[in-house]
Amino acid sequence: MNAIQGERRDISSERNHEELSSLKAEGYNMLVDLTCVDYCAQGRSPRFDVIYRLMKFDLADGKDLGRLEIHCGAGEEPVLRSVRDLWPVADWLEREVWDMFGVKFYDRPDIKRLLMYEEFVGHPLRKDYPILKRQPLIGPKDGAKADSPSFNILKPTVTGE
Amino acid sequence: MNISNRKTYMLNMGPAHPSMHGVVRLVLELDGERIMACETEIGYLHRAFEKHAESETWNNVVPWTDRLNYVSPLINNVGYALVVEKLAGITVPERGQYIRVIACEISRVTDHLTCIAATAMELGSLTVFLYLIKARECLYQRVDELTGARITTSFTRVGGVKADLPAGFAEKCAAAFAEVRTAICEADQLLTRNRIFMDRVEGTGVISKEDAVAYGITGPFLRSTGVPYDVRRAHPYLVYDRFDFVIPVGSTGDNYDRYLCRLAEIEQSLCILEQAFAQIPDGDHSLEPREMKHAYELQDMGKRGDTELIERYAAKVDQTLEGMAAAIRAPNRWATLPAKEQTYTNIEGLMNHFELVMWSWGIKIPVGETYSAVEGANGELGFHAVSDGADGPYRLRCRPPCLFTMAALSKILIGAQIADIVPTFGSVNMIAGELDR
Repeated sequence: MNAIQGERRDISSERNHEELSSLKAEGYNMLVDLTCVDYCAQGRSPRFDVIYRLMKFDLADGKDLGRLEIHCGAGEEPVLRSVRDLWPVADWLEREVWDMFGVKFYDRPDIKRLLMYEEFVGHPLRKDYPILKRQPLIGPKDGAKADSPSFNILKPTVTGE
Repeated sequence: MNISNRKTYMLNMGPAHPSMHGVVRLVLELDGERIMACETEIGYLHRAFEKHAESETWNNVVPWTDRLNYVSPLINNVGYALVVEKLAGITVPERGQYIRVIACEISRVTDHLTCIAATAMELGSLTVFLYLIKARECLYQRVDELTGARITTSFTRVGGVKADLPAGFAEKCAAAFAEVRTAICEADQLLTRNRIFMDRVEGTGVISKEDAVAYGITGPFLRSTGVPYDVRRAHPYLVYDRFDFVIPVGSTGDNYDRYLCRLAEIEQSLCILEQAFAQIPDGDHSLEPREMKHAYELQDMGKRGDTELIERYAAKVDQTLEGMAAAIRAPNRWATLPAKEQTYTNIEGLMNHFELVMWSWGIKIPVGETYSAVEGANGELGFHAVSDGADGPYRLRCRPPCLFTMAALSKILIGAQIADIVPTFGSVNMIAGELDR
């Protein structure tokens, strides 16, 4: 059951490209996932934990020869180098991480939001982005108070706007 | 100076196009009918699944998972329940695992039927669509009996499933499987050697093994290139290691191979279902909540020397006490909801239920983070969950299988004819609910 998660490894964020390309040379040829966790609610520094999930994949008989979970820390400033030259799918995944968390990757062409629209302000999966925040394009909700008793408001995960 | 008289023009396909199952936009640069460049724009169905999960309790996330891949919602339910249970360190009783396998495989068949039916319809074969949707309907009725809903199933709970199999379920399913077999046989006769169909799908939407791996593609899309990778075989979860099934693979990685792979996978899923119905043991379908006693009562029992009895009970500690999180590593009452019969018929059951669904009192999962994946209808459906010891996820990441295929779509389409978009897009089987979350 744990083989699918893979061994956890922490790498330095400045050298992420070198580390990952040497892993790719070792045979970890599939980037299974690239995601991020915001630990600012726990006061951790650097606040973001970027996770690369790699798989050593045998093309001939479709065997999974081992997985790795690569963690590296990141802050607001772009410290992580893009790995889209190693795995082309990283392009979209990095766009998603930028869109949702505002973690920037350098050494890649202009980054565009993947899921949200261009006029969206902020990065919604950050812990300090309130779940009830209204966007400028949508405007305030008519007549609705921010503290009206609905299910979602009863249990906010983050402090209000 | 040579002035080229070739002119390219832009064409917007989507966001609301009949062949774009859901909403997605393709911006195409065309030279005549040839695609010179293509940009895929997604996100039109973004519903903030991951953000929403962070503000819910562990069990409350289950209904949101229905909306991910709405053609096979039961697989999402199971995938999510498995990651939470892995984090909590609990295992569902064997009967519950078999019920989950049955639910998953029925869902996989409905998903593949929908995919083949929609592709066939878009290529002009409405008859096949009607035959396959009729077969799917038989399975949807079984899903309805099992879960109480056709699409929004919300079937799993942390520690089990909503309910046991209804009476006579196996027999009704056997009748439905016969219908499905008839329908896929008809579809096979109508499509597999059909000149019109083959002209559209053979040799279009080709992807190589190497490209598929570079893009992280899994599922029937990867298997059509000849790589027999299936999470059910590579990392068996639930009781999949007890079934005898083969992984159908293609050879060229074109739309035709993907159609054949899906058709063969339906038959394999039906085989798994029949084996599961034959093997399913009696017993509980969910973990039984353990009997609780106050911690001081257990202490008294210890003083009296009743140490053997202590094993039978779980310590009841005030939820507000620090250190509560440490006590729930064992499968105790705080990890599973009481059976509905208990909730509705006695006060203890009702209180127990209320305590578990009340915010900040509910199921507490130990601090940690984990990843687990199941074989979704489109590939590896993974969930990465982070718990900070609270009653809901701190972070929940869903790895949607079709995101990876969609990332590769422009690469597959460049150089093709505009008419090839429809079969290629059909075989990607993009489900916007899962893609955009």
